[in-house]
Amino acid sequence: MLNGAPILEARGIHKHFGTLHVLKGVDLVVAPRELVFIIGPSGSGKSTLLRCCNRLEEPSSGSVVVDGIDLLDRRTDINAARRRIGMVFQSFNLYPHMTALGNVTLALRRVLGRGREEAEAIAHAALKRVGLDEKANAYPLELSGGQQQRVAIARAIALEPRVMLFDEPTSALDPELVGGVLKVMRELRESGMTMVVVSHEMGFARAAADRVLFMDHGLVVEEGPPAQIFGEPRAERLRGFLRELDRH
Amino acid sequence: MTNWDNFVFTFFNARVMAEYLPRIIDGFFLTVGLAALIVASGLALGLGLAVIRSFRVRPLNWLIVFLVDLFRALPPLVIIVLIYFGLPPIGLAPSGFVSTWLALTFVLAAFAEEIFWAGILAVPKGQWEAARSTGMSFARTLLWVVLPQAVRLTIPPLTNRTIAITKGTALGSVVAVAEILSQASAGVSFSSNPSPLTLGAIAYLVLFVPVVAFGRWVETRFAWRR
Ligand SMILES: Nc1ncnc2c1ncn2[C@@H]1O[C@H](COP(=O)(O)OP(=O)(O)O)[C@@H](O)[C@H]1O
Ligand SMILES: [Mg+2]
Repeated sequence: MLNGAPILEARGIHKHFGTLHVLKGVDLVVAPRELVFIIGPSGSGKSTLLRCCNRLEEPSSGSVVVDGIDLLDRRTDINAARRRIGMVFQSFNLYPHMTALGNVTLALRRVLGRGREEAEAIAHAALKRVGLDEKANAYPLELSGGQQQRVAIARAIALEPRVMLFDEPTSALDPELVGGVLKVMRELRESGMTMVVVSHEMGFARAAADRVLFMDHGLVVEEGPPAQIFGEPRAERLRGFLRELDRH
Repeated sequence: MTNWDNFVFTFFNARVMAEYLPRIIDGFFLTVGLAALIVASGLALGLGLAVIRSFRVRPLNWLIVFLVDLFRALPPLVIIVLIYFGLPPIGLAPSGFVSTWLALTFVLAAFAEEIFWAGILAVPKGQWEAARSTGMSFARTLLWVVLPQAVRLTIPPLTNRTIAITKGTALGSVVAVAEILSQASAGVSFSSNPSPLTLGAIAYLVLFVPVVAFGRWVETRFAWRR
């Protein structure tokens, strides 16, 4: 699967929060069209790693190159670079004062300078892809959590990112709403999107991931194809983690 | 005369009221104009300061906090008097109207800055992150995502504060601004009857009851659609 230059190449990432050493030299290299799945106990640094990949968090050291752009270079236009990196958050973070359509068109209009009509056409297409075009004029509070998350995905894909980062996209959802979001992610993956997904949805990982990374205490402890990670885990900590998941 | 007749003669004396009504009306429109100026410039200045503060430039923020605390601590009347009597010695001679306008603008701006700033801080961090992750700059995120939400959050406290401060236009009577209170008390002196004050009170009600009602309307209008 690792063919062609990587789209995302984070190497030797360290992150300190004061005296807390949260990432201790992590590599995350993602090839075009690859889906990398990250698992690990809470507090192991998964979110921080994702946030370093679009510089919402400034790595203490290491390098992050996305689509050939060095994100940590001071001369890099970070706003231009971030347009190539979509991000989906656990808490959706839709803009509550705008309709679904407004949420999707905002960056198109204010960052890319698209006219209203063009932006809305792109937004309708993106909403259609997540199956929510009929909710284009609904405000976030009128939508279920699952619908909100799908609008958030539409907001990201409307900018045609080269890679998408998902930080526990279904963790805040009622169980019956998880499937709809995973289905959209599945379709996105099938359309060739490069994706990095932090999640506890092991079924999705088994079915859709090319590679699974297990993180613990700021390090990637083990990585491999899903069959290997879930079928023949080697590291004791990974086995413990999977046993713990099975119990729930 | 009965007590009731006495009361009516004192506070609702038709002859006196008719005589002073035109002046109270003049005072009314002056007060409306002054209050409108104060609201516009005070809110604009307050919002501007809150926006500057959100860029978190240390020395600038210290200055803003200092000025805001100063104008929140001083009684508005003291500021009016300081401007009216304090500026002529350095070559500026603002009229009573201008002094009152400036003083209350600064006071409203100080309170409004604090309220807007609290509103900006109350917008969840995730809103910033979502917008920044789509490539929006800090300034665009502030303008399109954070401020619209912050302003909605601030409308109830801001409305109350704005009403309280615009009522301070009555303080202009001290520096010879011919607003409602000043017209009314002049009327009381000339006629030796308090009825002009009754008219003044009615004029204030006519002015501020709609403002309070407007505040209520804005509050519901700007609540999140559910
Ligand atoms: N902004 C921050 N300031 C201080 N500590 C943080 C911050 N963000 C995360 N942390 C800490 O970093 C560690 C890793 O957090 P996180 O990356 O969110 O883990 P995960 O997503 O794997 O649960 C945790 O101990 C967390 O408390
Ligand atoms: Mg996390």
